[in-house]
Amino acid sequence: MTRKQKRLSVIAGGLAFLGAATGLTFYALGQKASYFYMPVDLTTASVMPGQRIRLGGLVEKGTIQRGQGAMVGFSVTDTHKSVKVTYTGILPDLFREEQGVITEGTFGPDGVFVADSVLAKHDERYMPKEVADGLKAKGVWQESKSE
Amino acid sequence: MVETGHFALVLAFALSLVQTFVPLFGARLNNQRLMAVGGPVAVTGFALTALSFAALASAYASSDFSVASVWENSHSLQPLIYKITGTWGNHEGSMLLWVLILTFFGALVAAFGSNLPATLRANVLAVQGAIGAAFFLFILATSNPFIRLNPAPIEGRDLNPILQDLGLAIHPPFLYLGYVGFSICFSFSVAALIEGRIDASWARWVRPWTLVAWMFLTGGIAMGSYWAYYELGWGGFWFWDPVENASFMPWLAGTALLHSAIVMEKRSALKIWTLLLAILTFSLSLLGTFLVRSGVLTSVHAFATDPTRGVFILCILTLFIGGSLALFALRASRLTAGGLFHPISREGALVLNNLFLTTATATVLVGTLYPLAVEAFSADKISVGAPFFNLTFGPLMVPLLLVVPFGPLLAWKRGDVFAVAQRLMVAFAAALLATLVTALFIDGASVFAALGVGLAVWLILGALTDLAVKSGVGNVAARIMVKRLLGLPRSVFGTAFAHLGLGLTTLGIVGTLCFGTEKILSMHAGETVELSGHTLRFVGLYPAQGPNYAEDRGRFELIGVSGSPVGEISSAKRFYPVRQMTTTESGIRTIGFSQLYISLGDEGKDGSVVVRLWWKPLVTLIWGGGLMMMAGAAMSLMDRRLRVGAPSRRRKQASAVTSAGLP
Repeated sequence: MTRKQKRLSVIAGGLAFLGAATGLTFYALGQKASYFYMPVDLTTASVMPGQRIRLGGLVEKGTIQRGQGAMVGFSVTDTHKSVKVTYTGILPDLFREEQGVITEGTFGPDGVFVADSVLAKHDERYMPKEVADGLKAKGVWQESKSE
Repeated sequence: MVETGHFALVLAFALSLVQTFVPLFGARLNNQRLMAVGGPVAVTGFALTALSFAALASAYASSDFSVASVWENSHSLQPLIYKITGTWGNHEGSMLLWVLILTFFGALVAAFGSNLPATLRANVLAVQGAIGAAFFLFILATSNPFIRLNPAPIEGRDLNPILQDLGLAIHPPFLYLGYVGFSICFSFSVAALIEGRIDASWARWVRPWTLVAWMFLTGGIAMGSYWAYYELGWGGFWFWDPVENASFMPWLAGTALLHSAIVMEKRSALKIWTLLLAILTFSLSLLGTFLVRSGVLTSVHAFATDPTRGVFILCILTLFIGGSLALFALRASRLTAGGLFHPISREGALVLNNLFLTTATATVLVGTLYPLAVEAFSADKISVGAPFFNLTFGPLMVPLLLVVPFGPLLAWKRGDVFAVAQRLMVAFAAALLATLVTALFIDGASVFAALGVGLAVWLILGALTDLAVKSGVGNVAARIMVKRLLGLPRSVFGTAFAHLGLGLTTLGIVGTLCFGTEKILSMHAGETVELSGHTLRFVGLYPAQGPNYAEDRGRFELIGVSGSPVGEISSAKRFYPVRQMTTTESGIRTIGFSQLYISLGDEGKDGSVVVRLWWKPLVTLIWGGGLMMMAGAAMSLMDRRLRVGAPSRRRKQASAVTSAGLP
């Protein structure tokens, strides 16, 4: 093989790789990226039962209920609207009433959000960024809460 | 002491400017005296940065709350070890550690680079100085760790409890040694572009640096993974979190660089590509620093979010990545291309490795940045998690792992793939057997699980086959075989160890993901639970008091076959009053290579406790494989060929000592 042919074959191989990877990437991004919603967004957005989304907001006061075994129910609110969530498992250490939380999962046919993961903010100083931005956008955010 | 540290930092910044410009002009004018300035300045700059870091560490150790950074991230009741590691458990201190390591590497080049061509050495030090200058300025302008508070507070605000762990002593320094270690490869590349030529000493120098950086980065990532595994109480070892990806991308690119540098050193081919890869690897390190430190991502790593910092790092990023790539575009064509090789050869295999690894790096990059891009251009907020990476990264990795055992067995220049396949027959048969045994005899094994086990066995035996073939197993008498094995170059062992480590990690991942079991239940004291053949009894909850926390410790007994307890596991909920924060201390018991993992949940009203239990088969191999890869890198570094200066001064010595007798 001449140098030119060798170089061409390397470039062709590289392009084939990139092509395959790009195809996979686009396919995966279309399928596997999950969108973030606040409860009030759900009135306008169409979210199918079974479609994977992330739902964020504050844990509504007085709604945490322990079910059988490790099942927990609570409501996520943005103060305009709230959504019932169920979760089976251990809640994060920082999960508390009126604290920011992000849940990930799907809506069941009964309109209850079945979460398979619940993330609470990492420490005292901040909320999950999406929740903070969302609350700010909806005018619920008080700067005092961020400190 | 604090002001001394601050002053030393400013001086180090000034020296880094000297280090940037004087040797650079010296090299242009071919003035020996100007070029010689670089070395002493680099060493002095390192000494000053070390002094500055020591000053900050002593402020942390003595809980000097008049320093803002100490006040925000420390507490007088913390154990001393966490006071000291807290020095880099915050934004300001960790950036200081970053430049400390940067100047350390610069000083190493200055100290040991006496056999480098003078202009190359001067240019390398100049580029290293420029990176240093940018980051010193960043620290002084936006993240000064020495800012004082007046009046000084009585008590500090405590270190984030998640960081109060030995992991903080190892993970960040190792990670930074890796990240920043690649800066040397970057500096060498840019210096080569400035000079417009690459000579033999270039390759001889860059490969060991890549090995060192790669070794520490591997350790840093493995340690971070294990730390997250036991500290967060979620039982996962990798979350495809953007911050993890930030360290994983330089690792992937660095692995590619490691392999292409071999081709460059041995065959002086792929020069331009290696150079580009070195630039890209450090660019990804800088990108990682930006992602983690700018606050665009929220995570435990984003200590504080300050927009000016983000913009500043973005400027540094643009300057260095843009500048070096522009230089590459201008100068790369001047560099001479290297030797020819047949597609089926060791070189060809290494090119294939590079294609896979760089493409995989690209998919991780897309998955990491895509959510940021979407958020910037639309109101949508999306997250890209494990499902995306499993679908893109996975299919790229599997074929790469399949061909790994072929690489080291192929000859340089022109290889014979059938001969290699013949030599790998034993490994292939064993892998096939492992797949069948897993599929037929282990309950609940899916096809994927069986293939995964087969793949891991293939990698492990493939690595051993390499050693066996090279020591002539089956062809020569046992005594000669052992002698040959011990006489093999260290780098051959390095390759085998690293590939073996890759196989072990694969086995650990497959074992944990495919054969792990999990139970979530609420337990009363005295109850027992069974998980994958292990019986655990919940003894009860016991309150205890630590130096700066209170905890409820849940104790569990592991019941043996005879019905009597054979061991204890305990998991705790810790409450840190200063930050009003609770953490979970997971309970782990290692059995063979597998682990029982217990995570304590909330206490119910009736006195029961929610408990999450995992059986994680072979999980320790995930990190054990990482250690094995580090051992491989260390082995390669010890190779006689790589010892810088070996050809000149140590030739006599080296020939006198057989490699088997080396320490």
